[in-house]
Amino acid sequence: MSLGSVPLRYKVDIDREQCMRCMRCVDNCSYGAFRNEEGKLIVNSRKCTACHRCISMCPRDAISLKDRPVDYRAHPLWTSEAREDIINQSRTGKIVLAGMGNAKDFPSIFDRLVLDACQVTNPSIDPLREPMELKTHIGKKPSRLEFEETVDGDIKVLNEIAPNLELQTPIMIGHMSYGAISLNAQRSIAQAVAKVGTFMGTGEGGLHESIYPYQDNTIVQVASGRFGVDINYLERGAAIEIKIGQGAKPGIGGHLPGEKVCSDISCTRMIPYGSDAISPAPHHDIYSIEDLAQLVRGLKEATEWKKPVFVKVAAVHNVAAIAAGIARSKADAVVIDGFRGGTGAAPKVFRDNVGIPIEAAIASVDKKLNEQGIRNEISIIASGGIRNSADIAKSIALGADAVYIGTAALIAMGCRVCGNCYRGLCPWGIATQREDLVDRLDIDSGAQQVANLINAWTYELSELMGAAGINSIESLRGNRERLRAYMLDEGMLNVLQVKPVGA
Amino acid sequence: MCGIFSVIDRNMTRMDGSSIKAALSSMDERGSGEGAGYVAYGIYPDFPDCYALHIFFDNIVDHKSKVDELLSKWGVIIHQEEIPTYEQPSLKRQHIPWRYFFKPYKDLMVGSLTPEEDIIIKTVMDINSGIDGALVFSSGKNMGVFKAAGWPEDVANFYRIEDYRGYIWLAHNRYPTNTPGWWGGAHPFNLLNWSVVHNGEITSYGTNRQYVESNGYKCTMHTDTEVVAYLFDYLGRRHKLTEELIVKALAPPFWDEIDSMPLSKSELNRAIRLIYGPALMNGPFGIVVAQSDGIVGFTDRIKLRPLVVGDDGTKLYISSEEAAIRRVDPNIGEIYMPKAGEPVIGRVVK
Repeated sequence: MSLGSVPLRYKVDIDREQCMRCMRCVDNCSYGAFRNEEGKLIVNSRKCTACHRCISMCPRDAISLKDRPVDYRAHPLWTSEAREDIINQSRTGKIVLAGMGNAKDFPSIFDRLVLDACQVTNPSIDPLREPMELKTHIGKKPSRLEFEETVDGDIKVLNEIAPNLELQTPIMIGHMSYGAISLNAQRSIAQAVAKVGTFMGTGEGGLHESIYPYQDNTIVQVASGRFGVDINYLERGAAIEIKIGQGAKPGIGGHLPGEKVCSDISCTRMIPYGSDAISPAPHHDIYSIEDLAQLVRGLKEATEWKKPVFVKVAAVHNVAAIAAGIARSKADAVVIDGFRGGTGAAPKVFRDNVGIPIEAAIASVDKKLNEQGIRNEISIIASGGIRNSADIAKSIALGADAVYIGTAALIAMGCRVCGNCYRGLCPWGIATQREDLVDRLDIDSGAQQVANLINAWTYELSELMGAAGINSIESLRGNRERLRAYMLDEGMLNVLQVKPVGA
Repeated sequence: MCGIFSVIDRNMTRMDGSSIKAALSSMDERGSGEGAGYVAYGIYPDFPDCYALHIFFDNIVDHKSKVDELLSKWGVIIHQEEIPTYEQPSLKRQHIPWRYFFKPYKDLMVGSLTPEEDIIIKTVMDINSGIDGALVFSSGKNMGVFKAAGWPEDVANFYRIEDYRGYIWLAHNRYPTNTPGWWGGAHPFNLLNWSVVHNGEITSYGTNRQYVESNGYKCTMHTDTEVVAYLFDYLGRRHKLTEELIVKALAPPFWDEIDSMPLSKSELNRAIRLIYGPALMNGPFGIVVAQSDGIVGFTDRIKLRPLVVGDDGTKLYISSEEAAIRRVDPNIGEIYMPKAGEPVIGRVVK
């Protein structure tokens, strides 16, 4: 015990004058920060995760929360976080786990980019009065078309064009498996994407029967553990995604602890009840780019070349060359997941230190594919830290076809980004399998909220495009002319291929 | 703003440039006296098989020898001369316009189905991006661009365009915002036999530019119009799309329209949008593009720029304003305004 305790992370305070001792906070806190002792409300701040469940449920706004109520001796290098991690690790001898995306104070590139608008020389377009097209097609496209004139004078395309996914808006929801999130959360997302005409990823968790009605809007995932993969699964999805890596933890696999593997999850993932689901770091049948191309072809063959196949990689230094390799396979899209991408659980050292930001990754992949003259043959899906419609517009202008959102969709269902997903106690019923907690997430309202978010961002995107004098999303894609960089260094400007403001 | 005027005589009867000058000058309101230009097809019947390279030299001493050297490496210069010009009081001479009649050595370009054209494209790009003080602004066969910074009538008089006789003419009167006073920035823009006059601003320029550059073109003119020439060359010559299909790629129907077309048509339009999406041009524009065998005019998908068509059966006129057409033919029978994105095509009768 020589280390003693570390100071409180959060301090919860109750305004005793306001509090009417309804004890809703006690019922709502799954972390046990509150208890009711004979009518008296007792708070244990040490258990608080700042999930805000109590605050949002308190009828009297009687609860307040303070971050880091105890100061350490200020030091720019030895931050309180650095000190606490050391104390923690010297106590346990273990890897520090963390949830959600990169929490280090790296400057956001998105926030250093500004969008363009028309004045005088070209008119801005009012999306309320003029057509505005956000329809996006994800999939392989031949580099050129061959035509033939038929006897009755019609022109016929001779190429057979591989099936593409048709999105009504370039916003999809990324892969969060049943297991990582609850079934109610997944069902909310499924309903939402079906409603707005876009797609969701199943994650490496199989496809639960209750998602079958929405299967035409799902992208099924084949990851290194191959959990839940059989021909039924592959054929149900609208597309198939091979997951090589993930932005939150590039280079390592995944781990769903056995205690989360309830009977339903064990059935969906096709693994024994209560056993750990470990996805190895590499796919053990993919040790090279040609192995990947083989798996892509294998999946295409299995589904009779009817399904687009995506390949997801974490944004790492060499991502552009990797994407160029993927583009040469039969894959239809490359998904790039930036270092701010969220996760249920990742070693903190990976989450905070490995990988590169999505903005730079999109631009360098787009540039490389353009240099090789194959950009339009494959789609680019960007993900990892997309917070609003401006981030989406900027991603597309840097070269993405569409984006995956993850954390944002969870926030739309209640998540407050407390980052404790890996503990399985999510009081919002999202990142948990505890039935009483899962029941808190109403599927219909969850779906409505997620759909609202996508619709709202879609409206904002059309307004931004209209202001830039663009009425079709194709014309925003890779259009660096509609972007300028504010206070980014020259090296970064070259990577992004964006001019500075004023230029 | 800018004004454009174009005409084709379908029987290939050649017209001299005087009426074209008159037509363009009637739209002086649309320009600012800082750029105008003309292109005519059929003007060099003595050298029909040579590529006529029109080049602006800043001076003959420093830069010309490099161009001579480059051309001599890739082919034979059959003839060369200074383009005759006549000083105009209100036009400041900034360059020496020169023309070469050039035949490339086909066998020097390997791995190409169209080696002659590819040598010309390479030579043009190499001169424009690599040799300071020299700018190729016209590179087709039996045709030529004449342009400068000035009012339409001054530029016409500077080159005495009434001395040239062509069966296709495009003309452009410029209101510059981007590169005022730069001769290279005046229209028409040309590559091989493709010439473009353009009124408007292309908001998809960044996307279009990337697309043509990733296919071997270099944008060197500091203006959005040149991508139109490269897109036409890329889709027309290299991908063998007809003018109708190129316009479908550049200004396609909306998805709602495509979805409501009969199946065969909707499949065609859908395929073009998917495969040639990066060629889609956004922003306001009225454009006329010429080739040796015809012209095509079209506007952006919501027609944010004017375009008027006149047709007397033999001659087809496409112009920013009706007044310019009536200046040439006061009794023109048919005058109409094409729909947004709809191509207007005039072809020579062979």
